[in-house]
Amino acid sequence: MNLTLKIWRQSNSESKGKMVKYNISEISPDMSFLEMMDALNNQLIKKGDDPVAFDHDCREGICGMCSMFIDGEAHGPDRLTTTCQLHMRKFKDGQTITIEPFRANAFPVIKDLVVDRSAFDRVQQAGGFISINTSGNTQDANSIPIEKDDADRAFDAATCIGCGACVASCKNASAMLFVSAKVSQYSLLPQGKVEATDRVRNMVKQMDQEGFGNCTNTGACEVECPKGISLENIARMNREYLSTLLKS
Amino acid sequence: MNIFCMILSSIARKVAMAISGLFLVFFLAQHFTINITSVISEETFNFLSHFMGTNPIVQFVLQPVLIFGVVFHFIMGFILEIQNKKARTNNYALYKGSENANWTSRNMIISGLVILSFLVLHFYDFWVPEINYKYVEVLPDNPNRYYEELVHKFHSPIRVGLYSVSFIFLGLHLYHGFNSAFQSVGFNNKFMIGVKKLTIAFSLIIPLGFIFIAIFHHLND
Repeated sequence: MNLTLKIWRQSNSESKGKMVKYNISEISPDMSFLEMMDALNNQLIKKGDDPVAFDHDCREGICGMCSMFIDGEAHGPDRLTTTCQLHMRKFKDGQTITIEPFRANAFPVIKDLVVDRSAFDRVQQAGGFISINTSGNTQDANSIPIEKDDADRAFDAATCIGCGACVASCKNASAMLFVSAKVSQYSLLPQGKVEATDRVRNMVKQMDQEGFGNCTNTGACEVECPKGISLENIARMNREYLSTLLKS
Repeated sequence: MNIFCMILSSIARKVAMAISGLFLVFFLAQHFTINITSVISEETFNFLSHFMGTNPIVQFVLQPVLIFGVVFHFIMGFILEIQNKKARTNNYALYKGSENANWTSRNMIISGLVILSFLVLHFYDFWVPEINYKYVEVLPDNPNRYYEELVHKFHSPIRVGLYSVSFIFLGLHLYHGFNSAFQSVGFNNKFMIGVKKLTIAFSLIIPLGFIFIAIFHHLND
């Protein structure tokens, strides 16, 4: 495959970036998108140019590190797929592909396609946990009966890998899908119910402080989420928040 | 996080937007129910309009609540739009919004602005003359004037055209807003399929019904 790549280049967080065009040839349709980026970087290094910086880690769709906005969509045109699992056969020979970083003011660009997603870490730290006494007397989680439906929905919410595709895809740069998944994965389980009120209150407060936009229920996040996190989680978070507000 | 901060949170704003929207949906249904009687029976329309125009509870309790609801919904809509624009000041070179969300959900501000423009015309047409009749000129009560006033307004084909275009945008606004309001207040379960069907029905029947009323009176004038 021969491709033209239009890639966002930005040398650091302070500099002004721009789109730069590259031509690349002999790309196998069986390559993953990241392997294609590796091939491009080899080409750039051989020429003595600065390689394109991009985030990646596990390359098997579970770490949430890869974060490119490919041809107008987070993680590219495929559904339920991270960039590392996107294959070049999804593109046509001779195609021009536009590659940009996830854009949101809460995700500032560090370099090229790498963005700072530590805002998600801070939201997690605000309440995305359960407090367990680890003195040795902790009850085994498997001994606590949990309704199958609740366990399944909690697990579905817990599959969120925190990649930020929801924020990148949302026209408002809202983080509601991520935060609601993290709220739901605990609040549906008996271990998480104890701190449910503080959790939703603190996580939403932190989300707002990070400068994410407001959710307007377009549903773009659900469509683009590589793990298929459902909008039902946002409704659940809204219910829990309203309940907390009314109790206050 | 105190109660004041919680009320100002993004979720509270979203819920407030939803509740004011649902209130306006209820008002639209009531408004349509009264207006559709004008194509069936002149007497019934005059009777209902006279009741709504003279009943003190409607005039001095419900009407101020309605005006507050309309103003609140628009102001909150603008505030949310400005905040959302601030959340992404560097836009994408290529953004395929239509791949993951429909036009109506992405452009509520556009349909909302068209509805706001329509409301200015609508208030100029009906509400301002009504206030003038009752409270400025203090003319004698006439229970039979409403039908004639309605028909007179739809004499102009330009006004009928403007009303029809506005109602199309109202339909687009409802198509996303009605369904979205339920999601915002936390309602998303097995009954959501029914809510989505109700949304489609409401966003078709009400705007098309209003267009029908306008064209009916224009042709029968």
